[in-house]
Amino acid sequence: MVEMKNAEDLNKKFLRDGMWPTIFCNGCGDGVVLEYTLWALEELGWDMDKVVFASGIGCSSRLPGYINADGLHTTHGRALAFATGIKAANPELKLIIFTGDGDCAGIGGNHFIHAARRNIDMTVIMINNFIYGMTGGQLSPTTPLGSIATTAPHGNIEPPFDICNLAKALGANYVARWTVTHPYQPIKSVKAALEKKGFSLVEFLAPCPTAYGRRNKLGDIQKLWEWYDNNTILIEDYERIMNYGTDEEKKQMRHMFPIGVFQDFDKPGFFEEYGKLVNRLMDSSSRKEKVVVQE
Amino acid sequence: MIYKRDPIRIRGVLGNNKQFILGDMACVYGGILAGCSFFGGYPITPASEIAEGMARLLPRVGGTYIQMEDEIGSIAAVIGASWGGSKSMTATSGPGFSLMMENYGYAVMTETPCVIVNVQRTGPSTGQPTLGAQGDMMQVRWGTHGDIEAIALAPSTVQECLDFTIEAFNLAEKYRNPVCVMTDGEVGHLRERIIIPDEKDLKIVNRHPATIDKKKFIPFSESQTRKSKVPDFPTFGTGYRTYVTGLTHNEKGFPATDKQKDHEKLIKRITSKISDDIEKLTMVEKTNLEDANIAFVTYGASARPAETAMELGRQKGIKVGLLRLKMVWPFPEKVIHKLAKDVDTIIVPEMNLGQIVHPVREAACGQCEVISAPKVGGEIHLPDELLQYLGGK
Repeated sequence: MVEMKNAEDLNKKFLRDGMWPTIFCNGCGDGVVLEYTLWALEELGWDMDKVVFASGIGCSSRLPGYINADGLHTTHGRALAFATGIKAANPELKLIIFTGDGDCAGIGGNHFIHAARRNIDMTVIMINNFIYGMTGGQLSPTTPLGSIATTAPHGNIEPPFDICNLAKALGANYVARWTVTHPYQPIKSVKAALEKKGFSLVEFLAPCPTAYGRRNKLGDIQKLWEWYDNNTILIEDYERIMNYGTDEEKKQMRHMFPIGVFQDFDKPGFFEEYGKLVNRLMDSSSRKEKVVVQE
Repeated sequence: MIYKRDPIRIRGVLGNNKQFILGDMACVYGGILAGCSFFGGYPITPASEIAEGMARLLPRVGGTYIQMEDEIGSIAAVIGASWGGSKSMTATSGPGFSLMMENYGYAVMTETPCVIVNVQRTGPSTGQPTLGAQGDMMQVRWGTHGDIEAIALAPSTVQECLDFTIEAFNLAEKYRNPVCVMTDGEVGHLRERIIIPDEKDLKIVNRHPATIDKKKFIPFSESQTRKSKVPDFPTFGTGYRTYVTGLTHNEKGFPATDKQKDHEKLIKRITSKISDDIEKLTMVEKTNLEDANIAFVTYGASARPAETAMELGRQKGIKVGLLRLKMVWPFPEKVIHKLAKDVDTIIVPEMNLGQIVHPVREAACGQCEVISAPKVGGEIHLPDELLQYLGGK
């Protein structure tokens, strides 16, 4: 069990002492996403003094508290706006945002749109568990149609939305979706996202047994985790079926979540462009510097 | 590239040291002189000129202007920038100030130095966007949920817009608290002559950076290096690896949400670091109060007609004086209490239906009559209107 030993080393290296146990329930996916992120950081070998985590409110937003690095646990939905300021003050810092579906796609939707549009240099890791977990299982903007939530006790009639499609439309440099049950590709993907300049998003589909699985009768923890294997399909396969498949095959795709890398650009990030602007202005203003007139 | 304040460049960008400019623009000048290097903006009348001025000048001194998606985002970015090591600022008016209330409280809870200029207009709601008012004087004190101590300055002139913005930065840095410059549409859109203070006359305060051994550093306790309730500041990226949360936290910064004592200790420290210094913080201007039996107590734009009314009253032989609150919060309770002992009547002109009259009445403790002189609708009081309050006295 070499891997298990490595995971322990990873925890020792990256996590704070004395923060155990975590707040997460049995079978929660948040810890797995944390572990994937730590793997990616380990592979990158970055100086953790220069990595800053920001988050909003919700279960996934508590992740930065466990990491031995600077962390800003902000108000609900606003982490991306806070992170924009941190990055502006010190563009040398790497910004990683942990957020959830309610935090990012719900209350923080507007900040998400504009951080992605501006191509602000940050990596957003959105953990989508289809539900407001911390507050006890209320309807979220990603809750699937027909699902039960405490505030949709008769079944959800609101169409959910796809944050990856939104990020793609906004021209984000990197957009990917994985589940916590896929161990290798997500680490590679988080690493790729972190290395990007500009805005990158990795969405994780992650189980919430307590507030979602239980109420929607998705079975025990093992069954629930299997649900993520059975209800996702690689984007390449998804597109092949949607383009060339039979009607029956296409129909089966209706409730499947495509996963994989959806977008991969290398446009300059906001702060690279802003740096150019400042250099241009500072050069020209030093040329025609005015002398202060003493009257 | 991390911003470094460059006085020669700043002087070059601001230009002549005597200028005839808008109150809003004077806030821009004050911010840049104080070393502001991040401005998170969002357009709103009558504060937009501050964002426009910052967008024009801030990049020329090496700072960053970003127009955020809303006022919630702009105050959020301002707080983030402060943790990244910037002196940071935003400007807004009533509706935007209402939107900022949650993160204003976050800045208090996380002890983040930052400056908010509120060019007040009337309300509730959208109200009269282009006209001045003093509608948010209580909101700045009580608008966010929970217990805070507010620091709020109220400029009456364009020069004070400049001076008080610098002072706001200094106080924010000293106390690690958000500081509000509560100007209004009247002063914000007024053009007057200003004098840009010389570099040698400029008092610039910077936050105390964390310097002690990283293993021994405690981020949210009284300072470990000097006698102060304000902790030293562990700028992000300097290796202190600080966790900052709006949750009730222990001295190490980690959530401690279920014990009464933890919360009480934290809140008492972050409020008393300001209230302990109330006498040092008091900024009032006293005119003709020595022999007065009537006193105007007012602030901001309202102090201008009050001053004229006082002069007219004096010409008529009425013993009237003026106490102008340059800093409204924390409230100069002792000054008002003493004044109430000395005069028969206090008149409080305000461009609202009566807000600061309440703490005045509370501080007066029934020692004299306290009369509210409200005016709403986007017009400043006429001196004659205020003179009428003196009639018969």
